[in-house]
Amino acid sequence: MMAAIILVCSLVFLLQFFVSYCRSLIAASIKHPLSAEVQDVTGIKNSATGEDFDRVVQLLQLCPDRPEDRSSIQAIGAYFGLLGFMRSSVARIIPSLQAWTETERGQCTYFAAVTLERRIAFSRDMFAQQLET
Amino acid sequence: MPGPLVNLLWLIGILAEAAVVVCALKKGAFRRYLLLNLYMAGLLLVELGRYKIVSEYGLKSTQFQYFYFYSDAILTIFLYFALCTLYSHVFSEMKAERYVKLGALLLLAGTALFTYAVVQQSTAKLVTHFVVDLSQNLYFVGLVLTYVLWGAILKLRETRTRLIQLVLSLGLYFSFLAANYAVRNLYPSLSTVFIPLVQLCGIFLPLAWAYAFWRLPEEARLAPARLAVIPR
Repeated sequence: MMAAIILVCSLVFLLQFFVSYCRSLIAASIKHPLSAEVQDVTGIKNSATGEDFDRVVQLLQLCPDRPEDRSSIQAIGAYFGLLGFMRSSVARIIPSLQAWTETERGQCTYFAAVTLERRIAFSRDMFAQQLET
Repeated sequence: MPGPLVNLLWLIGILAEAAVVVCALKKGAFRRYLLLNLYMAGLLLVELGRYKIVSEYGLKSTQFQYFYFYSDAILTIFLYFALCTLYSHVFSEMKAERYVKLGALLLLAGTALFTYAVVQQSTAKLVTHFVVDLSQNLYFVGLVLTYVLWGAILKLRETRTRLIQLVLSLGLYFSFLAANYAVRNLYPSLSTVFIPLVQLCGIFLPLAWAYAFWRLPEEARLAPARLAVIPR
């Protein structure tokens, strides 16, 4: 009985911490302006939409991986999946959630675009260092 | 010997733990978050020790079981105190450090007494049972304390991005481990399934902390309203 209560509490807390953690990652990247180059590559001009997420992640996978970004992009990917699930299930019953999930999905895409920009800059730096040596 | 997947996750975990300490040192955050970094350094040493024992005696050996659970208990107590320093950071303006320390010690003693009261009913291997159960109980106490701290962060409109991410990732870590222990108590036959999952979770915490130290400067701020799960 005690273990079941702990399990339920832990899962509720886990979900809440997960959503808040992902939102804090997004909030930290939202102020970062995208360069014209990344805007061209991703097609994100003013605001990002959830539809672009998979494409931006595919572009991300073309760039060399950075260990410190790995957990954050995986967490945002899982958050995006959770939002997709909510959009196709709960949001059908509660229409106000539809707009919220769409905004959040767009911000996930923006986070992925910011990460892409960082990876491009990192690759450029590495290439420049190789040229110097 | 553990399989290649377990070995790979182990190696990534060790590298991630080292990365936290290196990132904190490079970004000048080592002393500010001293206990968090000392915990990570301790975890790194323990992981190396566990690896050495596994390669000498095997994963199912008594030596490994004892080393694993005793070191886990010590590390959990250490992480508990590291969490208390996060409380001190959040309540720094209120000059509440002394009360936080006192409260943390009382709660730790209370948890230890509760664990002893439960464990003493079973006579065999009292100390070992006490150590294992203390870890489990401290994970849940740590989870509740992190949740309270998260509530305080929202209430006090804390804006320090790095501190917020350290707290949230710790909350995720505690909740996963508490859930894992609860599932293992409910379904003991599933315990082997959870070994790689626990390892994955063990990798998440150092990676998240390394990200927070490396990517986010201490001055970075964000709007607290953006963090609540319920849209405001």
